[in-house]
Amino acid sequence: MNSADLVAIWLTLKLALVVTVVLLLIGTPLAWWLARSRRWFRPVVEAVVALPLVLPPTVLGFYLLLLLGRSGPLAPLLSWLDLTLVFSFGGLVVGSVIFSLPFVVNPLKNAFQEIPAGQLEAAATLGAGFWDRFFTIVLPLARAGYLTALVMGFAHTLGEFGVVLMIGGNIPGETQVLSIALYDHVEQLDYARAHVLAAGVLVFSFVALTALYLSGRGRQLMRL
Amino acid sequence: MTALSGNLRLTRGMFALDAGLEVAETGITTVCGRSGAGKTTLLRCIAGLEPQVQGRLQAGEALWLDSARNFCLPPERRAVGLVSQDAHLFPHLDVSANLLYGQRRIRGRAARVQLDTVVATLQLADLLHRSVQGLSGGERRRVAIGRALLTSPRLLLLDEPVAALDGPGRREVLDGICAALDALAIPCLYVSHDLHEAARLAQQMLWMDAGRIVASGAAGEVLCDPRLPFAQAEDAAAVVEATVIEYHSRLFLSRLRFEGGELWAAVGDAPAGQKLRVQIAARDVSLATVRPQQTSVLNVIECEVVEITAVADSPAHALVRLSAGATGLLARVTWKSVAELQLAPGGRLWAMVKSVALLN
Repeated sequence: MNSADLVAIWLTLKLALVVTVVLLLIGTPLAWWLARSRRWFRPVVEAVVALPLVLPPTVLGFYLLLLLGRSGPLAPLLSWLDLTLVFSFGGLVVGSVIFSLPFVVNPLKNAFQEIPAGQLEAAATLGAGFWDRFFTIVLPLARAGYLTALVMGFAHTLGEFGVVLMIGGNIPGETQVLSIALYDHVEQLDYARAHVLAAGVLVFSFVALTALYLSGRGRQLMRL
Repeated sequence: MTALSGNLRLTRGMFALDAGLEVAETGITTVCGRSGAGKTTLLRCIAGLEPQVQGRLQAGEALWLDSARNFCLPPERRAVGLVSQDAHLFPHLDVSANLLYGQRRIRGRAARVQLDTVVATLQLADLLHRSVQGLSGGERRRVAIGRALLTSPRLLLLDEPVAALDGPGRREVLDGICAALDALAIPCLYVSHDLHEAARLAQQMLWMDAGRIVASGAAGEVLCDPRLPFAQAEDAAAVVEATVIEYHSRLFLSRLRFEGGELWAAVGDAPAGQKLRVQIAARDVSLATVRPQQTSVLNVIECEVVEITAVADSPAHALVRLSAGATGLLARVTWKSVAELQLAPGGRLWAMVKSVALLN
């Protein structure tokens, strides 16, 4: 494995880690709201969250490129914040977060829905405030959902291609992630280097999913 | 002094709760009514679990709700213990961690209730280190009641705590509730479907109908109110608070005194001075306008007729509400007898009580 591949692998792991952390932070309140709200527009929000499941990643990447680009509607805000999101690591994070959102939100939503409202009401009448209830009742009871969300968010971010290519391009050390490096090798008919990367991802994904199913939490995967 | 007073209004679809409420500082107040009358909703409003509720609620010094000033104390800040029909024990904690969950979160008031007392009165010693998953229905309820009591609440709310329990489980839970409330002197609102259970436990009673509290007062009075289903029921009975005067071991009978007279009853060998609660069924009471002589009936009590009303399920019968001193009694007799004896409110007569049943 040469250093360019190592850089791509390191970048991919960093991206997956950052994206997973961001997803858990955003996904928790979003999943909580989806699990508990009875507002009429909840199905609309659910559909938006689930869109990445069915959209070709290039469609998502294309619109993100337009949205975040220099002449996009968010350009004034981004330049005021001094942020460049197109063809940068930051852009990859934004794109990946949106792309992997349902893989984190749905397991969490399912886990939250399985906690009976009565449990939380009992905790409230026993003197536990909102955050107290969250940390002492919700988190322990939703542990399986968090494990699933963590594995799925991380593994799905590792494997993405279309969104990354559209919004990040192919800049080594900045936006060239593992899947794109792999694509490069195949383009150049360098199958030996392609094998190293491809087999690595295959083995990692297989091990992660096996571990998840072994822990008995895999059933939640299919309930997206 | 009341443990809780106020009024609560809540509209939800076709249902409207509109309840004026006073809960006595001591003892059990049972909340009765048909299903859908709003009993559970009333408890939820008191606990603070229905934020849309309007009205005012004062618990001793503490104000819990004043919708006129847009004030509604959240449930975690109310010194109230709620045990709902499903015990809702926390599955990831064992029994002792469940019990201590609330005690660790007491804010700004003394922990009056000690774990030892709760464990002893509710008989939880053998359960402490068990997982909540393996508990029986009765055990789950007892743990839930103990968990609520350990928050040292000003008021305990129990929503049908023995519903769906079998005989022994039911008995264990009821005994535990009585022992714990006695030991801790915590007032309790107790929702019950069961007339017998309500009569056994209640010092005070409320009757709810369509979201309103239509009757409330001392258990003896409410049970004798002919407008309420208790008195209308075929097995209607008056409840009498009595004190043992003496036990005649040769007769296996006790002489009891109540406010309004004396009773002979086979209620075991309780010692003199023991307070008992006995029940006298309306159909076991016959009436006579002259003092009956030479009768096998042991208990003949002088009474005054308070009112005479119809019985919904039997056109032949009348329900005669009587007062013996401060104690209310009921007699279920035929209209024919009412006419022949020329019974009328205010009239004095003799009630012959054929049977006295011990309630606790």
